[in-house]
Amino acid sequence: MERTTIDLWVGIFVALGLAALLGLAMKVGNLTTSGIGETYTVTANFENIGGLKPRAPVKSAGVVVGRVSDITFDGTTFEAVVSLNIDKRYAFPKDTFANIYTAGLLGEQYIGLEAGGDEVSLVSGDKIIQTQDAVVLEKMISQFLYNKASESPEEGVAKTDTNSTKEADDALGSNPLDAMTQPAKP
Amino acid sequence: MIRSNILVGLVRILRKIGHNFSDRIWRLGAGARLFGLTLAYSGESFRRFHLTIREVYFTGVMSLIIVLVSAFFVGMVLALQGYYTLQKYGSSEAIGVLVALSLLRELGPVVTALLFAGRAGTAITAEIGLMKATEQLSAMEMMAVSPIARVVAPRFWAGVIAMPILATLFSMVGILGGYLVAVPLIGVDAGAFWSQMQANVDWRFDILNGVIKSLVFGVACTMIALFEGYDAPPTAEGVSRATTRTVVTSSLAVLGLDFALTSFMISM
Repeated sequence: MERTTIDLWVGIFVALGLAALLGLAMKVGNLTTSGIGETYTVTANFENIGGLKPRAPVKSAGVVVGRVSDITFDGTTFEAVVSLNIDKRYAFPKDTFANIYTAGLLGEQYIGLEAGGDEVSLVSGDKIIQTQDAVVLEKMISQFLYNKASESPEEGVAKTDTNSTKEADDALGSNPLDAMTQPAKP
Repeated sequence: MIRSNILVGLVRILRKIGHNFSDRIWRLGAGARLFGLTLAYSGESFRRFHLTIREVYFTGVMSLIIVLVSAFFVGMVLALQGYYTLQKYGSSEAIGVLVALSLLRELGPVVTALLFAGRAGTAITAEIGLMKATEQLSAMEMMAVSPIARVVAPRFWAGVIAMPILATLFSMVGILGGYLVAVPLIGVDAGAFWSQMQANVDWRFDILNGVIKSLVFGVACTMIALFEGYDAPPTAEGVSRATTRTVVTSSLAVLGLDFALTSFMISM
C-alpha cells in the first residue's frame, strides 16, 4: 500500500490524541499520585462519620497513605463500619487512633491515623478500636448555646431545648467545645 | 356549516400530528436498520482501511483547528468565571479543579460533539445527499459495490475514531487555556493549581468516563449525519433540509444522551 500525506496527518492526529490522554492521566489526573499499589484492608467503627465518602483519603501526618474503600452500617451496634485500604509499605501499630477530620472549615472529610506505641502491627482484616467521630457543626452550636445558657440563666438562650443539648454533650465529650466557648466569654 | 368546518380543520390538524409522529417512528426504524447494516458491512470496509483513514483526515484532522481554538477560549472563560465565584469563598486555588473537572466531565465531550456535528456532520450529510442526488450510489450498486461498505461504513468508523481524540485534545487545550488565565494573568499559585487538580481528578471516574461519553457521542453524531444524507430526497432542497436536520437532531441527541450518561455514571 503506497503511503500518502493523508496517512501522515492522520497518524499525527491519532498520536496527538494518545499524547493528550497520557498527559491528562499524568499531569491532570491522579494516576501517578494515587499509585497505591498493594494495599491491606482494616476496618474502623464510628458512631458518626459526618460527610465521609468512599474514596476519601486516609492520611497519617498529613501524607496520603490510603483510601476509604467502603462504608456500611452495622445494624446490631448501630455504628458505621468504614473499610480502609492502606498502602502495604506502611505498617501501623495495633493501637493506632483513627479520627475523622475536615480539610479546612467546610472542606472534604478524611481519616487521620495517629500511630500508637504498640509493638504489634495491624494486618489485613484487623479492626481499629480507638476512633473519634466527625465533628458535626450543629452539635457544636447546640453545645455552645447550652454552655452559654448555663453561664447566664437569665438570658433568652436559657430556653434552649435541654434534652437535645444534653444528648449532644454526651456524644461529643467536652474537649473540642472548651476551646470553642473560651473566646465567647466576656 | 361553521361547525363542520371546524371539525374538518381539527381532523386535518390531528392527521398532520399523526403523520409527523408516524414519520418520526419510520425514520427511527430506518436509521436503526442503517446502523445495523453499517456494522454488518464494517468487516468488508476494513479490508480497504485507507478509505477510513481518508475520512479520519476529513472529519478529524480538518476539525482540529476549530475544536482547539474553541477549547482554548472555553478554558480561559471557565477560569475567569470560576475565579469570580471562588474568590468570594476565599478558595481561588480550587480553580484548577473546577476547570479540569468541568472540561473532562462535561464540556470536553459535549462541546466537541456540537462542534463536530456542525463541522463534520453537515459535510457528511451534504456529501452523501449529493452522491445520492447525482445517482452515484445507484451506480455503485450497479457495479455490485455496496455503497454502505464503500461510503457509509468508512465515514462511520472515522467519526467514532475521531471524536474521542478530539474531545481529549479539547480537554487538554482547555486546561492549558485555564492555566494561562489563572496563573500568569490572575496570579493563582501554580503549584496549588496543579496539585489541587491532581488530588481531585480521578483517572477512572473523570477522565475515562469523559472518553466513554465522547465515544457514544461519536457514534450518535456520525450515525445521524449518515442517515440524514442517505435518506435525503435527491433534490437541492432535500439536501439542504437534510443538512439542517443533521445539526438540529445531533445537538438534541448529544444533550439528551449527555444527561442519560451523566446520571448513569454518577449512580455507578
